[in-house]
Parts: sequence; structure tokens; C-alpha cells
Amino acid sequence: MRLEYFQMLDRIVALDVAGRAVRSVCSVPRESTVFEGHFPSYPLMPGVLLIECMAQTTGWLASALCGFARMPIMAGVKEGKFRTLVFPGDELEFEGTILHEGSGYSVGECTGRRKGAVVCDAQITFRIMPYPSPDFRQAMLQWAERLQLPVKELVK
Amino acid sequence: MSSTFDKVAEIIAETCDIPRENIKPESHAINDLEIDSLDFLDVAFAIDKAFGIKLPLEQWTQEVNDGKATTDQYFVLKNLSDRIDELIAAKGA
Repeated sequence: MRLEYFQMLDRIVALDVAGRAVRSVCSVPRESTVFEGHFPSYPLMPGVLLIECMAQTTGWLASALCGFARMPIMAGVKEGKFRTLVFPGDELEFEGTILHEGSGYSVGECTGRRKGAVVCDAQITFRIMPYPSPDFRQAMLQWAERLQLPVKELVK
Repeated sequence: MSSTFDKVAEIIAETCDIPRENIKPESHAINDLEIDSLDFLDVAFAIDKAFGIKLPLEQWTQEVNDGKATTDQYFVLKNLSDRIDELIAAKGA
């Protein structure tokens, strides 16, 4: 997890396009400027960043489902819940699914866990939009490869 | 159409927190009910789920942008209900 770059996930460990399911893992860094403010002497992973973890997990699935032809942009979050505190050094796992692929939008849900116990969950709506440029799309494909997504198999 | 309209009106009332009595067949979702594009995504999701269809929002938007259709054709609720009925019929054909 590179908090300052908003690269929340370390790896996609399972992707099931037919089953519309994805699983990712990440380690919350032990040190970050984020924790200097949130909070001094009591560092906590901000809930908004857990939302981002869930959005990126489910977003990569949405990208895979459309063969990286277009990109998901988070448009809404419902039922976002943070069930326990998350600390620096925690190892997290996220399981996401796409509930519905509409015309120009998708709705997914995701659950985050630490050692099997749920720490957060949410339903997330994405607009599915064209990439702003070919270079941007290429950068996203490279990012997906770093996460070990099987990009060559997925790209349409 | 009436049962479809009733279901659509229920969805809009619940999703957008609009009093049911303010939602009429001749209401325009955007111009009259002031449903914005994000809320309309929630409405579309609920309609897709309720009727087992996929509203072709992107196609409709393109047609409006190209001047081939008006927003009234898709977003006045009695017309939207007719489009939904057509999609349901096409699915069953």
C-alpha cells in the first residue's frame, strides 16, 4: 500500500470474471505522513481510505469485466461501515463483487477483512467512462500488471 | 403502462426521497422532479433490478446529444414506463 500515491492495493490474488468476483490484499504501512495527522500518538487507518481500498478492489473487477475498454469512476458509496479500528501494519484482504452492470454504470459491493474478521464493507456505484487518453489507459494497464492482473488475457 | 408507472413512481419516491403524490405520469424526471444524474443512476439500478432489464441510458443520452430524440421521450415518466414495457417485451420475445 502506497498511501501517498493512493495505490491502496498490493496485489490482486484472485479474479473470477465469469463469477464477477475479485480478491485483493494489502499491508497498511507502519509509517506514513497520513498517520502523523490521523492521529498524533494514535495512528489509525482513515475510514475514507478503507473506502478507497474497496473502490479500487471492485473497480479493478469492473475494468476487467469490460476488458479495460473503459474505466470505472467512483460515483457513490452506500452503507459504508467501519466495524473496527485498522492500524499501521495490519494485513488486509478485500473481497469484491459486481452486483449489476448497467448502461454506463456498475454497482458493486466489497468487504474488507483482517485475519478473517470483517473490518469494513460498502456498496459502491461506478460510472463507466471512456479513458481520457490512450496514455492514461496505458498507465492503468501497467498499474494492473503490477497488481498481477492477467492484463493480456483481459484486454479487448 | 399503469402498473409499470406505479412501480417506477415507487422507486423514485423511495430512491430520491420525493413525496409519491408529487410523481405524476407527465412528470419529467429531470426538469420537474429535479433528479440529478447521480440519483438517476440509483433509479436506473432499482428499475433494472425490479424489471430484470437494462435501461439503455448511454444510447438514450447519445440520441439526445445527437438531436435524434428529446429528453421527454425517455424521461417523462409515462414515456419512460412505455420504454420499460418495450424492454420487458423484447426480453420475452
